[in-house]
Formats: sequence, structure tokens, C-alpha cells
Amino acid sequence: MTDQTTQTPVATPVRSKSAKSGILGLTSKDSTLLMIIIGLLVFAPFLLNPFPEGSGMAQFNAGYPDLMQRFVIFGIFAIGFNILFGLTGYLSFGHAAFLGVGSYAAIWSMKLITLNVIPAIIMAIVLAGAFSWVVGKISLRRSGIYFSILTLAFAQMSYALAYSVLTPITGGETGLQIKNTDNPLFGSLNPGEIGRANFFGLEMGTSYELALGNWLFTFNLGYYIAAVAMLIAFYLSIRIFRSPFGIMLRAVKSNQQRMNYTGLEPKRYTLWAFVISGMFAGLAGGLMVAMDTQVGPERMFWTASGEVVIMTILGGAGTLFGPVLGAGFIKYLENIVSKINKEILHQWFAFMPDGIEDLLVTMVYPFVGKGWHLTMGILFMLVVIFLPGGLVEGGQRIAGLFRRTKSADKES
Amino acid sequence: MSNSNFTRRGMMKTGAVAGAAGLTLPTYLRADGHAGFTNAPGDSEVVLGFNVPQSGPYADEGADELRAYELAVEHLNGGGDGGMLQTFSSKALDGTGILGREVKYVTGDTQTKSDAARASARSMIEKDGAIMITGGSSSGVAVAVQALCQEAGIMFMAGLTHSNDTTGKDRKANGFRHFFNSYMTGAALAPVLAAQYGSDRKAYHLTADYNWGYTTEEAIRASTEAMGWETVNSVKTPLTQTDFSSYIAPVLNSGADVLVLNHYGGNMINSLTNAVQFGLRDAQANGKNFEIVVPLYSELMARGAGANIAGILGSQNWDWKIENQLGAKYSGTNAFVQSFGTKYGFPPSQAAHTTYVQTLLYADAVQRAGSFAPCAVVEALEDFEFDGMGNGTTLYRGSDHQCFKDVLVVRGKENPENEFDLVEIVEVTPVEQVTYSPDHPQMGGAEASLGECNNGA
Amino acid sequence: MHPDPKVADPMDQIIVQILNGLDKGSAYALIALGLTIIFGTLGVVNFAHGALFMMGAFCAVITSKVLSASHKVVDETRTDFLGNPLQVDVFYVQQWFGESAGAAIMDWAVPIAIIFAIPVMILVGFAMERGLIKHFYKRPHADQILVTFGLALVIGELIKYTFGANPIQTPAPAAFTGSLDFGVFLGYEAQTIMYPYWRLVYFFFSAIIIASVFAFLQFTTFGMVVRAGMADRETVGLLGIDIDKRFTLMFGLAAAVAGLAGVMYAPIVAPNYNMGLDFLVLSFVVVVVGGMGSLPGAVAAGFLLGILESFASMPVIVDILPGINQIIIYLVAIVILLTRPRGLMGRKGVMEE
Repeated sequence: MTDQTTQTPVATPVRSKSAKSGILGLTSKDSTLLMIIIGLLVFAPFLLNPFPEGSGMAQFNAGYPDLMQRFVIFGIFAIGFNILFGLTGYLSFGHAAFLGVGSYAAIWSMKLITLNVIPAIIMAIVLAGAFSWVVGKISLRRSGIYFSILTLAFAQMSYALAYSVLTPITGGETGLQIKNTDNPLFGSLNPGEIGRANFFGLEMGTSYELALGNWLFTFNLGYYIAAVAMLIAFYLSIRIFRSPFGIMLRAVKSNQQRMNYTGLEPKRYTLWAFVISGMFAGLAGGLMVAMDTQVGPERMFWTASGEVVIMTILGGAGTLFGPVLGAGFIKYLENIVSKINKEILHQWFAFMPDGIEDLLVTMVYPFVGKGWHLTMGILFMLVVIFLPGGLVEGGQRIAGLFRRTKSADKES
Repeated sequence: MSNSNFTRRGMMKTGAVAGAAGLTLPTYLRADGHAGFTNAPGDSEVVLGFNVPQSGPYADEGADELRAYELAVEHLNGGGDGGMLQTFSSKALDGTGILGREVKYVTGDTQTKSDAARASARSMIEKDGAIMITGGSSSGVAVAVQALCQEAGIMFMAGLTHSNDTTGKDRKANGFRHFFNSYMTGAALAPVLAAQYGSDRKAYHLTADYNWGYTTEEAIRASTEAMGWETVNSVKTPLTQTDFSSYIAPVLNSGADVLVLNHYGGNMINSLTNAVQFGLRDAQANGKNFEIVVPLYSELMARGAGANIAGILGSQNWDWKIENQLGAKYSGTNAFVQSFGTKYGFPPSQAAHTTYVQTLLYADAVQRAGSFAPCAVVEALEDFEFDGMGNGTTLYRGSDHQCFKDVLVVRGKENPENEFDLVEIVEVTPVEQVTYSPDHPQMGGAEASLGECNNGA
Repeated sequence: MHPDPKVADPMDQIIVQILNGLDKGSAYALIALGLTIIFGTLGVVNFAHGALFMMGAFCAVITSKVLSASHKVVDETRTDFLGNPLQVDVFYVQQWFGESAGAAIMDWAVPIAIIFAIPVMILVGFAMERGLIKHFYKRPHADQILVTFGLALVIGELIKYTFGANPIQTPAPAAFTGSLDFGVFLGYEAQTIMYPYWRLVYFFFSAIIIASVFAFLQFTTFGMVVRAGMADRETVGLLGIDIDKRFTLMFGLAAAVAGLAGVMYAPIVAPNYNMGLDFLVLSFVVVVVGGMGSLPGAVAAGFLLGILESFASMPVIVDILPGINQIIIYLVAIVILLTRPRGLMGRKGVMEE
């Protein structure tokens, strides 16, 4: 008998045009995001120094090497934390410990093995990953608030150990620096010379300054090395977000019990998420040492973990770009806003009549200068209360407003 | 932070725009080709960086330091009543700024953390073009920032840092310290302690668990043991501790009759309060009155401790009453007190004094050297002897960049008249008794060395 | 005649440390009690509880400052440090009530602050709950933690802005300075075991407060409803009882408990703006060890951890295990969280996933 059924063609999955049509295995939408990030990173010296030197607004320029490096380093830290918190839903207050471990590993690599930054960074990632595996194995036995308290306890323990107990390794409160007595294995230092971190011979501080008219732009080698690292970190985070592994993590966040019932093992995925975020933190710690070769135990204090929590939430937990945005925002507040003192405020409001000028200065002063923590706390609270998706959600809402008015215009 | 007007103008003016050679120079910033050092100031202005703790346990000292810095800048630029410029033995400064350039400044907050302090210092160097960094109230921070300045080719004039290490094993060629150190405290205090309390005493040390605590404990132990005292026990207390009761409780029964508190700032206020609460001041041990010694304290800490400071012996770098009490040898004191008091309404602390003096000394050294280049300034400051800055004759020793001067031994007043008069001067130890050789074991021994001065370019 | 310190009778050391532990533990227990009330009734994790404790301490500071308000009178006969005529402080309370009564009022500022702190802290609790926490009942615990953490930061900064960054000494009344010779009660010779009066007062004070809270919950109708609500909120609502208002009151009560703990603690440790965050970590560890949602557990855990911390600071122990004094609390928390996740006395199933 012949087969009477009509031969329906086997349905080939219609691949949407955007899927997997971007670069390096990303969707085209993600590729666009990546290209934007690349653009931002490469042109950061221009973008962060919009005001001419010597103008009244020059203090808002953020384009000096130290701050640019911090932007990307803390961006990496926040991206890693986002994988654990934004994607998997576990709030850890202990990530500063991995930052610290990464830093200590990197500086010991520089003291003992070589002053080249690459091995130091690799050591940082490996050791931070190992440490986070241990901490994760223990902490992930619980979830929710218990997990947070466990990570907090571990962070404080690491801080206390680094501060007073393991002082031969960590240098105690004074911390560790490259001394003139250090002679790494693969280094060619003259006796008594203090080694400097370098990238195959080029020092981190090497900068090239470009002056165009009244504007000054600094291109710094250390920044670009860190920017490359952040780019790789960002790419990895996109891949994780869009991969089956990422979907598993989202499943953990939405309902762990249900996931258990379907036969999957949440613990394995959460541990991997924890270790990956720990390795990102270690990378950030290693880069911090590469840029500025010193480390102290205060890097591990739990309020440093609190900082990355704030960064991620402020920027937008669970989004790709949010953590980077949050990191940049907080670091900008910390370094630029904290430098605004009364004199500068008076200069700003000098054009107003005296009484109003003083009133304005008194009103603004508590929120700038050393009161920048207050501004940060208030902004954080506002974001958590009104804008849980962070600045990214805020940006989307504003963009949505424009789109609506545009379509409304079209219709009318 | 002032308008950093054209601080890297040298570059702009010489049109170093197309300087491709800049890429291979291992510098923080490409310096002016003519000047050959980092952040060479332009023709009209020079920027100084004031890196003080504005939050954290030493915020009060930091605030006083900042006031002193602002006063110093005012005097350098010719304003006010000139302050110590009139009593200073070197007359190179004349109120027209430094080498004819107006002095501007930027401020930063160290938060009493090394990370934040270094970040703040780097920002001032890289962004604002500061030619000199000064300030600080914690030795760990001072050592960290000193190392940064050495690497960057910038001068560092230490603020309030008392640990031996700053000019001991961690000394650097670009760094200078005017404030005294733990060794000097030990050497000055021990004879007074022996005279006041006898030489048959047993001491119990509570030490803040960080660099400064260790060096102070070491110095006090070495000098008191040389006088015949015995150290019964020494316990480290965490820096973040606020309640010292569990550390104070064992003291009374430990067999000791003197408690030495190697604590500073908030630690000292809390531990001293706890010690007095536990009745240690009224207690008896070994047939003698129990005594408490605080090797280093300041008027601000005394104010924080309130009535508990009465009768407690300690040491200070300077006190605002010294010229009134001990005469014109310490001239400069009253001039400074007058300036500071008129401007701010209260007498200056030793933190304010040392930072004011450091600023003036730096400006004077640049003036004498005729150049801002760090190596020239270093040469001008090394082995520079001066007077009229409130401490009597002082030497800036070249082998370790430490100032050597008389040290004050002070005691809390039993019946203070007002909140600025809590401390009375007991004795002044002459400088010869507190001098040591540069390779003293407490100062890092023979391996400690300054290294080479670094111009940065 | 004094024995060599290394072989001194260890018992008096141990007794002193027990006293110390009970005293520290009182502060922990009071804070943990408030936290557990809030968590048990409202189901909210309140990271701002340490800040409430700190606000209580600053109530004492404010009372002390208000009572010591003075105006300056120029005294021509004396000079200040610049040689100008000295301006002397004349205290208002002394002007109004006479010199000795005025001095007594200023001296007793801290106990007087209790009267002032209770309504203030209840109001603060109300404001916090109605203004902020109410909107977070339905949101996940992580959000509650974050917003209260932000609130704790903001409160700390506001206090730093108002009072400065340095600790402010707030002494206990003169009658309570000095120490009690505790040893004689136990048969030791005089002056072997001394313990400050005020710390003993603090311990008894907190014991009274804890007892009152428990009595309130046990013996009043209001308390019965609250306990029912803690056990099963939904059923209570279904029975037609408006539990929300009562819970708001309990938040106020918890805030008042924390505030009172802070007021009396001010003479022990000079209040400063960082107190809130310092006690926050500890208070959460205590609650978790005691069992989230268990009031007796919170109190017991508070005292237990206080004593453990005290013992761990003894020089004898620190010699054997360096650094143990700093990490003992966290070690205990980790061990308890791993082996007995519901804490010492927690209810089974509360947040146990």
C-alpha cells in the first residue's frame, strides 16, 4: 500500500533574521550592543573630557587615567556580580573577599614570579575562583537571607584574617607593596630598584596626551588593557545571558523548587554562577593591582561588597549594560562629586545675589563634597523604591516616552 | 578644589600635540620637555594637593589640617597677617607665592583608607596637576601615599603620621616628615615616667593592631624596659573596636600597675573611657596607684575623652601654649596661634601646626632651590636647619628626611578651664635625647634607605 | 604579694568575662529582639535596625546637648587664649533652676533621655513603617534588604552631617561612675573583681525591657493577637481582625526597644555615625543564630554570642588562636547556619530552603 498521507514538508525552523546573525556568535542586537560598548571604551578619553581645561566645568572631566581605569575595573566587578544576583537571584554581601583575594594573588605573583601583569591577572582569576568555589560550596547550602548572611560572615572573616591573622601573607593593615627588596624570578631588576608593573615592558602609566585647542585628552596604556579585559568580560556575560546555562540560572531565580521537581540540579548551576562571578571579581582585583601596585585588607570589608551591590542595582540588575552604567555612576560620584567643596559651590553661584548664593550653597553643600555618600544613599533608595530596574529601566522608560510621542505624532 | 587653570600649560604652550615620542616615555604624564619633571607648573600658578581624612576615625584631625593648609596658602600668597612667615628663620618667602606663582590647592578625602587615599592622590596628580601632595592622619595611609608619590615623581610632605616606618623602613627619597615618631615618644616619655611613677613598675600594653600601634609599643617597651620597668603583657586590639571592656577587664588582676594605651583617635577615646569606667584610675596594684599612660595624644582627642584625660601622661609634637610657658625659644607659636585663632576662633592642634609648617617648609625649599623639580627640592631640604616655627631649632636630617626637635611631655589637666585648655605641658625633652642613628633597628636597620629621588620624567 | 599573672586564679577572669558578656549580650539581645519582632510580625528584613539603635544613642546626645544649652557671657576678669576677654558659658538650666539643681539635671541627661526617646522612637518607627516599609511587604526579601540598607546609609550620613564624624562623649550620671566591687559578693578579697556600675545598670535595664515585652505579648489581648498574627497572619485576617494596625504598632515598639537600648548604651561607647552599620552585621548574625521569628531564640542568642565574644577576647585564648576574637561570631554563625539552619530556637520551615 502506498502511503496516502500527504507529504508535508518537514517544518524547518524559521530562523529569525536577527538570531545569530551578528558577530562572534551573538545575535545582531547583541552585536550592536557590543559594538556600542567597544566604541564607548575606545573613545572614552574623548567622551569623558568634554569640558575644556581651565573652564569652570573642568572639574567634571573624568578622563584622567586613574578614574577611567576604575570605571572599567569596577564595571568588570559589577558584571560578575550581576551574573550571580541579577540572573540567579542570590544576593551576596561577600564579593569583596574575592576582589581582595585576587588582589593579593596578583601582587604576590608580581613579587615572586614576574612583574608582567598578565601572569598576575591569571593568578588572580585562578585563586579567586578557587576561593569562591570553597565559599560557594558552603554558602550555597542555604538560600535567601541565610545565604546573604553567610556570605557576609565569610567576607568579614576574610577581612579579619587578612588584617590580623595571616599577616605574613597579607601584610596586615599596612598591606603589600612592591619593595626594593623584591626580586621576581623572571625579572631583571638592579638591586635596590623598585619594580614596576608592566605589560611586556610597557609601564601601566604610559600615557599619550592629545591637545586639541583647549581640550586635553589622555590615552593611557593601563586603561586600554583594562578596557580590553572588560570587553572580554562583557562578551562573556552576553554569551552567558543568552546561553542555555543562562536560562538555567533564570530558572533558579524564578522558582528553585519547581526546577528541582523537573529533575534538574539547581545547586550545580548556582555554584557555577558563584564561581564565575568570583572569577570576575578576581579579575577586577588583579587589574586593580596591575594599575596601582598596592593592596590592603580594607578591600575586603563588607561595605566594599555593599558598594558593588549598590552599583549593580543602581544600574539595573539583570540587564547587560546596567552594572557597567551603575559602576561608572558610583565611581563618578565618588571621585568627582566628592571633590566639590564650598569654594567651588560659591564660584558656581557667584552670579547670584549674595543672599541667594549663600542659601543655594547651604542647600547643595550637604549633598556634595564629603556628603556624597548621602547622595548615593538617597539615589539608591529612590531607585529601589521607584525604579527597580535601575537606570537602564529609567532610560527605557524615557525612550518609551519618545517612541509614544513619535507614534502619536505619526497618527495625528 | 580651585580652578586648575592651565596646570599642564607647559605642554599646551610648547605645542607638544604631535609628540609621538611620548608613547615610549614611562611617565605618568608627559612632562614639559624643558622642565623635565612631572606636573611642571606654568608661569602664573602652582597647585598643591591636600589629601586629608574628611571621614572616618580621624575626620576631626583632618578638618584641622585643612584649616591650617588654607591658612598657609593665604600667607604664602601674601594675605592675612603672615603668620609664621615673620618668625621663620629663612627669609626666602616674601608673600608673592612660590617662585612668583600664585599658590592654588585641591583637596581630597583619604577616608583613612589606603585605597581611597591613593585614588585621591592619583586624581590630584593626574587630573589637577598637583606638584606636591601633603596631609594624612594615619601612618598606613601616609606610607601608601608616600610610595605612590615616589613612583609618580611628586613630592610628599607627610602630615600627622607618628609611626617609625614613615621615615624608618619605608622611607622614600621624595617624602619628608616634620612630625615626631614613636621612637622619639619613647625616648621622651620614659625618663618622665620613671621620675613620676618610679622605676619599679609593671606595664600592660593594649596596642592597636596596625603598623603605628606596633612601632609605638616597641618604642615604649624598649625605653621603659631600659629604665627598669617590666612588661607584663601586650594585647593587640582590632582597629575597628569600639568597646574595649573585654580587653580592660583582665588588666587589674594581671599583676600590672601601669596600663599603656597604644591607641589613637577614636580608639584612644573609647579605651581610655572604658579604662576609667572600670575604675583603673582609682585602683591600687602592687601597693602603688594604678596609672594609665597614653603615649601619643592630641588636644582634639583630649576633648573627645573629656574628664577622663585628667592626669594621663603622654607626648605631643607641639602645643599652643608652649611659647607662653617656655619662652621665646619656641617663637613662631604665638604668631601661628594668633593667625589661626583669629581666623577660626579656637587654638590650633598639633595636626594643624605640623601641616602648616610642612607647607611653608616646602615653599621655602622651592624658593631656595629656584626650581620645582623634586630632586632640587630634596637637595634644598636635606640637612636644612631652621628655627622660628614653634619647635625651637629644628634639623631636617638628610639621611632619613625626618625633623629632629624637642619633644613635649604633656599631662591632662585636673581642672581644665575650658575645652581648649585640657592639656598641660609637663616637660620638654631636648632634641639630643630623642635623636637616634639612621640605621637604628627600630627604623629598619641598615637595609633601610631612601633610594633615589624621582623627578618623574 | 600579688600572684604571678600567668597563674592567677582564672576564676575571677572568667567571672569578669561572663559579666562583660552579659552586658554586651544585653545590647545584642535588645536589638535582635526588635529585629525578630519586625520579621516575625511583618515578615520584613530590616537592615536599618542598627540605625534605629544609633538613633536612640543620639537621642541621648541631643538631650544632653539641649540640657547643656548655654549662652556666652563675657567675663572681663579672665582672658582667652588670644588675650581677649574670656567668654564664659552660662547654662540655661542653671539659670532657671538654680545652680545645683541645674547641674543635677545636666548630669542625669542620659536617664532623662529615656523619657524623651520613647515617644520619639515610636514616632520614627511609625514613620518608617507607614512611609517606607509598608510598600515592601509584597516585594522579595532582597528588595527589603536593599531599601533598608539604603535607609541605614542615609540615616548614618544625616547623623554624620548633623553631629560631625567624631564620637561624642555622653557620660553616665556621676552617681554611676566607678565600679562595683563584685568580688566581695562572691567571697573574693576586695578589689579583685570590679565591674562598672553603669554596665550592671544596663544589664538590669535590658532585662526589665525584655521581660516587659514578653509580658506584654503573653498577658495582654493585644499581645495575643500579635502572637496569633506571627503564627498565621492569613487566618487572623480571615477572622476579621485588623492586623495591619497592630503590626504597625509593633514596628513602633521594636523601634522603641532598639532606641532605648541605644540611649542607655551611649555612656558605654561614645555614639558616632558608624554605630548603626557596626551593630547591623552583629544583630543579623544574632537573629540568624537564634532563629528568625523566635523571640526567646533572639534573646538567648544575643546573650550567648555576647559571652562568646567576651571569652574569645581573653588574652589566654587569643594567644592560642590568634584573631579568634574577631571571627568567633562569624564562625558560630556559619556553623549554626550549616548544621541547624533554623537557628537555636527557630520555627521549622521558616525560610529554610
